[in-house]
Amino acid sequence: MHTHGDCGHACCLKIEDLSVRFGTDAVLEHVDLHMHCGQIVALIGPNGAGKSTLIRAILGERDYTGSITFSTCGERQRLRIGYVPQSPTFDRGDPISVLDLFCACTGKRPAFLRPGKAARQKVLACLANVHGEGLIDKRIGALSGGELQRVLLALALEPMPHILILDEPLSGVDVEGMDRLMQMLDEIRKKFNLSILMTTHDFSMLDRYVDKVVLLQKTVRCVGAPKDVLTSEAFRQAFQMGGGAV
Amino acid sequence: MTIWYALCDALGGEMFSMTFMKNALLAVLLMGPLFGLLSTMIVSGKMSFFSDALGHSGFTGIAIGVLCGLAAPTYAAIGLAVVFALLFSFVQSRTNQSADTVIGVFSSTAVALGIFIATLGGSSFTKFNKYLIGDILSVTPGEIAMLACVLLAVCVLWIFASNEFFVAAVHPALAQSRGLDVKKTKTLFTVCIAVVVTMAMRWVGLMVINSLLVLPAAAARNVAKNLRQYHLLSVLLALGGSVAGLITAYALGCSAGATISLYLAACFAVTFLLRKKAA
Repeated sequence: MHTHGDCGHACCLKIEDLSVRFGTDAVLEHVDLHMHCGQIVALIGPNGAGKSTLIRAILGERDYTGSITFSTCGERQRLRIGYVPQSPTFDRGDPISVLDLFCACTGKRPAFLRPGKAARQKVLACLANVHGEGLIDKRIGALSGGELQRVLLALALEPMPHILILDEPLSGVDVEGMDRLMQMLDEIRKKFNLSILMTTHDFSMLDRYVDKVVLLQKTVRCVGAPKDVLTSEAFRQAFQMGGGAV
Repeated sequence: MTIWYALCDALGGEMFSMTFMKNALLAVLLMGPLFGLLSTMIVSGKMSFFSDALGHSGFTGIAIGVLCGLAAPTYAAIGLAVVFALLFSFVQSRTNQSADTVIGVFSSTAVALGIFIATLGGSSFTKFNKYLIGDILSVTPGEIAMLACVLLAVCVLWIFASNEFFVAAVHPALAQSRGLDVKKTKTLFTVCIAVVVTMAMRWVGLMVINSLLVLPAAAARNVAKNLRQYHLLSVLLALGGSVAGLITAYALGCSAGATISLYLAACFAVTFLLRKKAA
């Protein structure tokens, strides 16, 4: 595991003039977005505003026009992304332990063989990032929602990405769990100096944990500090006219 | 083969003194691990209904092969099952119907086409009975060698690709986000099942072959806590069930395929009673 060095804000994810079309419908138009290392950025917008589409485009699962580039200290690099999918579901009966899942996802050695000591240590180190060392021998199907989210978060951090993307990590999580998760993300971005992009419908914790809020509705309507975006005219319009959940 | 025959003779007993029983024993010893391994992935990937449909398409292939007068209709069947599997994947990716509906469509079409071709021109269906019931005692040394090659190929595939298979089977979205080509993995695995099912059909019998692909892993899942136990149990149960089934079938003079399936069903019942408490 390694960090990207302490280059402050010299590393940057730039999305420039990004557009996505489904047939003749423009889902996203001329999206411009800059993210720096160590920042937590929240992507908000009413339902159908194109949040998921933007994430798919960054993940490379959707065709787009425009450019997505990542550079450290002025040098362009291939973007490595860690992704935590929305409310991930596993079959409750799957006989797969957390250790198996890590080995299957990150290792070359077949996961059905006994993992070596070194592999186990590596997985423990990964789980330590989310304070989940105790989960290593549990069955995936037996984890609670919060535990599973932490495991998948640890998995997304191996190999260490440049940017971590979380799709609706707060949906279905209670207030206490929300605080815990946000504190953990805060710890992670400080420790590894990576940028975190998350979509959310919950605005109550934006002010405390998030550096930048991006209001998306087909294009970027408003961007800035949480306080500024939440009190903006664009925010009021988007959530009154769009009819989305506030 | 001579070494194997000598080994069987050393085992003693009247049962394994006959050459066809020696062949059959070796065949089930190879088939057990083969089905045990494939079974783990079929059950994890929720494909048990699909593998059933593949067997049906193999039957159509055999009917076509017999119609064309091919000496070895099995090869025609394997070819058709692979085509069927690829066609199914194609239709599945372009429709909004659920998987079980698409499988139902393909499965019933395959059976209907098979019976249509088999009975064309008033010909008798009886010669196809052996494919429905299966006859393990008819296995030849050449076929055993082929079985060994397939088992070896599956083991190699497992060593290099089982990680990807598993992630793609248990959580496609997660696999996709980690850069795995889920569609390609799934197609590769599907072709693999198509080949094995069609090849083994005439020894085990079309009507019970799916139980060999589902029961070992289903039984193992009841008690396994991780992938290692899951694989080990599935392979051991398949192996044990196969050998016990063969011996019992010989003693009682019944179909070996069906007897093996019944042993595996009994294993499922036992592990069900021993199952881990839903935690």
